Amino acid sequence: MMKPETLLSVRNLSIDFHLRTHVLHAVRDVTFDLKHGKTMALVGESGSGKSVTARALMRIIDKPGRMTGGQILLDGPDGPVDVAQFKEGSREVLGIRGGRIGLIFQEPMSSLSPVHTIGSQIVEAVRLHKRVSKKEARVRCIELLRQVEIPQPELMADRYTFEFSGGMRQRAMIAMALACDPEVLIADEPTTALDVTTQAEILDLIKRLQDERGMAMLLITHDMGIVAEVADEVAVMRFGKIVEQGPVDDIFHASRHPYTRQLLDATVKLESGAAGRALPASLAPTVAPVLSIRNLTKIYGAPSRVFSRGSGRGLVAVDDANLDLFPGENLGIVGESGSGKTTLGRMILRIVEPTSGTVTYRADEAAPPVDVTALGKADLRRYHQDVRLIFQDPFASLNPRMTVKQIIGEPLVISKGMSGKAVEERVAELLGKVGLDPLAMERYPHAFSGGQRQRIGIARALALNPKVIVADEATSALDVSIRSQILDLLLDVQKQLHLSFVFISHDISVVRYFCDRVAVMHKGKIVEVGDAETICTNPSQPYTKRLISSVPNPDPRNKRMLHRLRADQV
Amino acid sequence: MLAYVAKRVLYMIPTLFGMSLIAFMIIQLPPGDYLTSLLSTMADGGQNLDEATIARLRAQYGLDQPVYVQYFVWISGILTRGDFGYSFEWNQPVSTLIWDRMGSTLLISLASLLLVWAISLPIGIYSAVRRHSFGDHAFTLLGFIGLAVPNFIMALTLMYASYRFLGQSVGGIFSPAFVDAPWSLAKLTDMLSHMWIPVIVIAMSGTAAMIRILRANLSDELSKPYVITARAKGLPEHKVILKYPVRIALNPFVSSIGWVLPDLVSGVTITAIVLNLPTAGPLLLRALVGQDMYLAGSFILLMGVLTLVGMLISDILLAVLDPRIRFN
Repeated sequence: MMKPETLLSVRNLSIDFHLRTHVLHAVRDVTFDLKHGKTMALVGESGSGKSVTARALMRIIDKPGRMTGGQILLDGPDGPVDVAQFKEGSREVLGIRGGRIGLIFQEPMSSLSPVHTIGSQIVEAVRLHKRVSKKEARVRCIELLRQVEIPQPELMADRYTFEFSGGMRQRAMIAMALACDPEVLIADEPTTALDVTTQAEILDLIKRLQDERGMAMLLITHDMGIVAEVADEVAVMRFGKIVEQGPVDDIFHASRHPYTRQLLDATVKLESGAAGRALPASLAPTVAPVLSIRNLTKIYGAPSRVFSRGSGRGLVAVDDANLDLFPGENLGIVGESGSGKTTLGRMILRIVEPTSGTVTYRADEAAPPVDVTALGKADLRRYHQDVRLIFQDPFASLNPRMTVKQIIGEPLVISKGMSGKAVEERVAELLGKVGLDPLAMERYPHAFSGGQRQRIGIARALALNPKVIVADEATSALDVSIRSQILDLLLDVQKQLHLSFVFISHDISVVRYFCDRVAVMHKGKIVEVGDAETICTNPSQPYTKRLISSVPNPDPRNKRMLHRLRADQV
Repeated sequence: MLAYVAKRVLYMIPTLFGMSLIAFMIIQLPPGDYLTSLLSTMADGGQNLDEATIARLRAQYGLDQPVYVQYFVWISGILTRGDFGYSFEWNQPVSTLIWDRMGSTLLISLASLLLVWAISLPIGIYSAVRRHSFGDHAFTLLGFIGLAVPNFIMALTLMYASYRFLGQSVGGIFSPAFVDAPWSLAKLTDMLSHMWIPVIVIAMSGTAAMIRILRANLSDELSKPYVITARAKGLPEHKVILKYPVRIALNPFVSSIGWVLPDLVSGVTITAIVLNLPTAGPLLLRALVGQDMYLAGSFILLMGVLTLVGMLISDILLAVLDPRIRFN
């Protein structure tokens, strides 16, 4: 029986996916309650079935999936109704979708139609559930946009999604989900694709709207920090099952299930520097840096085209950057999206040509410094053997039609002219180094998980015995437990091979764990450089303070975001 | 938007100039000229012309001038007087010959294009939404048959069937009785009864290709998050699909306007010959074989212009349909 404060009650929900070769039990016997005004967090790693569960509440299940059992009891004026009993496209279900249960989810980029204006999409949502004229719906739409703090809502309603920033799009998405005053809000990784400061603002906004409306919220996330900041109750999912469920404080401070503890440990571990990492001796002032960046600037879109509509100045992506990378050092570059950190990383490799400034490279103490910005094609190729790149997306950065051996061996064949047996031996050695079975070299990338693919990417970067590795968001696409494994692997490799890392990330905790020194970028400028511990605990620049204070703290007894510094306070 | 159109039109000018040069070069490429091919035909028939007559004819046609002068005379005639030159073989101005042919070419192209759209849109949507269903497999099979059967065989088959079972006169787009008749209701019905064979034959492979394109595009779009958003609003399923993913998967449909015209001319010449259609393809072929240079050159040039105009129309429509293109 449902308790009076319970709004939605899920009982023994099971969902199967009938695949070609076998049946995948994506959700097994899941039971939980959502209460008025309370937030329930569903946590778990990718593939644990949390999104499938959430969407099933609205009876949206992707193609081969089928609900095989359970009840979804939604409390109403005439007592609870079982949503699971209705047909998928029935009027009852359509009325519940958007009308009583709202959904916001991860990709603010693609979760709104790019060819309809924001306003028309919200107006449509309003008119689906309320009998109002177009005009009234538009008034309501503007009011909603105002509630989600979009400036100039009258104007913005006629804009398209691609004219919005990521945070603004997520706000518009929230406005749409709330268009018909739903009682339940499902937030499926609502801030995963956003910067920390934007994430903090969006979470604030969702929380405020929830309090005002007394909505029940189902928050789906893999980030234990967000759970600690926002949730009242937590359910931990793994392989389609809820392994542990309880009030947030119990989960964080008295968890019983080993998997919960594993998740928490992986998160908490990243809250401090890697154990036993002393600053490398090479940081002494007498040692010359491997890489020196001086006055490096990149301006995009200088005015030259006859028909270009944009006004003259161009976009300054990186503005007068100065940095040194010492041998054996891990230098972190943090910043929000658009801060120029990726452009800076690419200019080090000259994948992007700098507009002005120099990059100087010194292979070792004795070698004469080389001006990278002036290198010709052949010299640049040699430089690229020493300085290599690891990409963010382990799925897109490996050619799906090449075997692992071909992928890792390619730089060996191109740069060293190796062939046959020699390549095979080297690839086997590299695979061993990154913790993969050398027998895997004949397989294709699709046979590997995200973490394993990133290991392949690392092996490829190591193939030519580089001196410096530029890792651009190398762990961002990975689950938290795998993230710390990859970071440990990189640290391990570094110890063996005496590498230097330029580690670009938006994730402060990862940088803190991995890096010796950190450079903070904001709007193309490097605002602060210092050792990692100081930057993360006691920053001196106002922007850095704001950035650090926006990072969610994985401890429900010590919520950091509530006390964070906002843009107008610094 | 206006600036975009103006920009596109301005870009067309250098392209057109380049095309006219290439068109002229193509017709100059084969060794000899119209007179040499005329002489050899006459020599085959046992006739001979004396040197003086040949020289006089050569001067009369302007064939004794250097190539660039010939080009200049030709292009300035087109630009200033709309005069495309003179067809040696037909003894008529090129322009009168061409407009007739262009008209019927355009008519058949447009009719085929509309048929392609009308068939492939619903089938493409059905195939994408019900992927791997029985219906999808059936349409896929039919589609591949449509792609694989050569057009002229299809044309012959339909002609035979139409003559044998429907007792219709086939070939051309009019019955002999109506070819020179003034326009009337009877002539229109006659035209329609002739048109269906070429239109079906020409549309067939295009339809099959378009179904595959739409199915692939729409399948990609169907799994995009915005489709789930639309569903989560409470929109009924058919509206979800028609309003959001189909709208975005429609782009290749619009682009098809750009390539359907040149395809019709170069691709279905054989069909047009088999069906005795008064379209541009067969005439172009004859002009090229007979080295009727002004006729061939003008045809190539006009085809180029039509292609460009088709591209322009499809680009403008795309910009109207998709704001992302409009804003870039």
